[in-house]
Amino acid sequence: MKNSVGREIPRELIEQGWQPYQGKDAYNGTEFQKVGPKIKVADQGSEEKVLNSIEEAIRACGLKDGMTLSFHHHFRDGDYIVETVMREIVRLGFRDMKLACSSIGSAAPIVADCIETGVVTGLTTSGIRDRIGEAVSHGKLKDIAILRTHGGRIRAIEQGKIHIDVAFVGAPSCDAYGNASGKGGKSNCGSLSYAEIDVMYADQVVVITDTLVPFPNKPSHIEGIYVDYVVEVNEIGNPKKIASAAARMTTNPKDLMIAEDCVRVMRALPYFVDGFSFQTGVGGPSIATTIFLREHLKELGIKIGWIVGGVSTHMVNLMKEGLVGCIADVQDFDLGAIESLGTDPRHFDISVSEYANPFNKGAFINKLDFVILSALEIDTDFNVNVLTGSDGVLRGAAGGHPDTAACAKCCIIVTPLVRGRIPTVCDRVVTVTTAGDSIDVLVTDHGIAVNPLRQDLIKHLNAAGIEHVDIHTLRDKAYSIVGQPDDIQFEDRVVAIVEARDGTVMDVVRQVKPFSISED
Amino acid sequence: MISTDRKNRLRRSMMFLSAQRPNLIRDSYLFAPDSLIFDLEDAVAENQKDSARFSLYHAIKNIDYHGVERLVRINALDTPHWQEDIRVSVAAGIDGIRIAKCESAQDVHTVETAVAAAEEEFGRPIGSVLLMAALESPLAVLNALEISKASPRMFGIALSGGDFRRCMRTTGKGGGVDMFTARGLMVLSARAAGVQCFDTVYTDLDDLEGFEKETQLIKHMGFDGKSIVNPRQIKIVHKVFAPSQEEIQEAERVMIAIRENAEKGIGIFQMDGKMLDIAFMEGAERTIALAKASGLYKGDL
Repeated sequence: MKNSVGREIPRELIEQGWQPYQGKDAYNGTEFQKVGPKIKVADQGSEEKVLNSIEEAIRACGLKDGMTLSFHHHFRDGDYIVETVMREIVRLGFRDMKLACSSIGSAAPIVADCIETGVVTGLTTSGIRDRIGEAVSHGKLKDIAILRTHGGRIRAIEQGKIHIDVAFVGAPSCDAYGNASGKGGKSNCGSLSYAEIDVMYADQVVVITDTLVPFPNKPSHIEGIYVDYVVEVNEIGNPKKIASAAARMTTNPKDLMIAEDCVRVMRALPYFVDGFSFQTGVGGPSIATTIFLREHLKELGIKIGWIVGGVSTHMVNLMKEGLVGCIADVQDFDLGAIESLGTDPRHFDISVSEYANPFNKGAFINKLDFVILSALEIDTDFNVNVLTGSDGVLRGAAGGHPDTAACAKCCIIVTPLVRGRIPTVCDRVVTVTTAGDSIDVLVTDHGIAVNPLRQDLIKHLNAAGIEHVDIHTLRDKAYSIVGQPDDIQFEDRVVAIVEARDGTVMDVVRQVKPFSISED
Repeated sequence: MISTDRKNRLRRSMMFLSAQRPNLIRDSYLFAPDSLIFDLEDAVAENQKDSARFSLYHAIKNIDYHGVERLVRINALDTPHWQEDIRVSVAAGIDGIRIAKCESAQDVHTVETAVAAAEEEFGRPIGSVLLMAALESPLAVLNALEISKASPRMFGIALSGGDFRRCMRTTGKGGGVDMFTARGLMVLSARAAGVQCFDTVYTDLDDLEGFEKETQLIKHMGFDGKSIVNPRQIKIVHKVFAPSQEEIQEAERVMIAIRENAEKGIGIFQMDGKMLDIAFMEGAERTIALAKASGLYKGDL
């Protein structure tokens, strides 16, 4: 059976109850019953939840083979939590564990070993990279991995599709009763939004910190009412890799050109009025876009109403200049953003449910005007891949990409036309992570293309004299520069499901075949 | 014969790029400089000259540069490289050659002879490859007039500040006073010879403000454009060289009035109290050409 982006959904998945993706608005009006965690009532006579070691916490939780553990990715490449916990899991001889991560990257190579040895047999995450991505793509994980969007992950937790037995939450500071914060410690990360829903739905919660502070640690991002145990360790992470001094402004002239064109497109659209809302990431063109917005806002005498999502110093600076009303923060990319969060009342954190959950009563991004996103690949149907590389191996993150693209009034993809010898604009992306029905405009260094579904945008760009071409023209240009690559060879076995934000199947990722040179 | 259009085309921004770097030569036309200068000289290491020529040849043969002029900076005449540089450039179909460290009219003649031989060897129209000279020493600057007049292929001369400053034993920290005489002599010589004149590169890429100031200075001195080393500088040069709306409207009115009066058989006439004749046509035409290149003029002229 094919879904609405033309991807074949294997029969065995349909038989297991998976539904094909039917478009970004197909779930409107859905009703469902939320699940709840099993709570062990606190011992009223005990004033502390502190245990001496992670091993003690594992034993106190009554961890068993086959249970699901959750982790957040706020410490990014500086994270020591996953590595530390998994080392204990291995040492204590557990098997068949399932991991539910908001994202996982290069910081925990031990997870790749655990996949190879069967200590870990299940995985759901939004991002997957390096050795872990290779292990899954080479078919080492026993279960099929499920790749979820940030919003989709929260939906899955609230629907009970992900049941977290124990949430291990790394926190820069925490008191002995479990009030935890992303600030106030040695390795601050700012907001802890990716953990906030986990702790509400996990049966048991262990906070791991390297900075134990007096009760009450308020304001806290994680409330002690959800926390069973607290463990103090020497280091929760490497502060240098958790947050850089400041996300760097690119000097790459092509990135700058793309960013300038992106801002020109934004300005030509009717959403570019006083109080508009905006989201972007920290890639080269994205930060440049944020910076280039400044002069246009000043020239027109307007300001951005609110920014949502991941936050960098550049956004904070715009707010300080009075060009942004407020920032709804789910993740902080650098020290300037961390410092500002909670210090300036206009800069506050929101949970990932409030940010992007499609199955609540209205997330922030439902009201978003512009989102600027990147792409590894985009095809002539505007489907985007941000998950698999040109070799078919998992090396990316869906993150909030499909969530924000689906919701924003205008989603702009900024990307170079080719990267090295790899065409970005192509006939068919390897993996669809974000459906073409969510993507409105593509800005490359070789030109701009607008999704024909958005004739309204085309009219505005024409009126503003902004040149744009059919996306097929950009594809032809890309192929004329680097050639058209052969299709990647895959085995039949499905190693991962790319879940749409509403829980349907957007695409599947199959096991990669060992590389061989074709005969012809 | 070389058409005057080709010789006199707009050259506000002439961007250097190493002929050895595929990622640069692949699509640098995207930044829309007026001219690209593929460098075989200083940007290419001594033992990489051949591979750079190979890249250059295939790039020029295969890539559509969308109307951006393609020049090659060849190695200096006291090196073993310059003759092969010329053969490859001419064979590939380059628009023109920039002669590095040109000191005299004789240097131009030497290059011209080699270029003509290459045109013959590779079946290109004789006289089709343009020449420009980089003046890099005090002697070269003092010979600016004879160099500018040395060949009908010559379209311009360019100051090369790095070497010139080394010769003059100055640092460039004096706000350009060390190059003032050289710039003045060069622009004067170029105008006297009827060729274009280009200013040197500005190497502090982060100081865009200083770059803009220097560009304004050389524009007011009469230079036609500036050598640049980074795409970020292109927009600034084009902005500085762009005529104002008043200048464009004035030029448009002048051109129309001269034409209309000429049809009526009137050579000299008054407009807004100023005497106008055919001598004003060239300036007005240049203003409109600049306005078109800057995207500021959409009229019919």
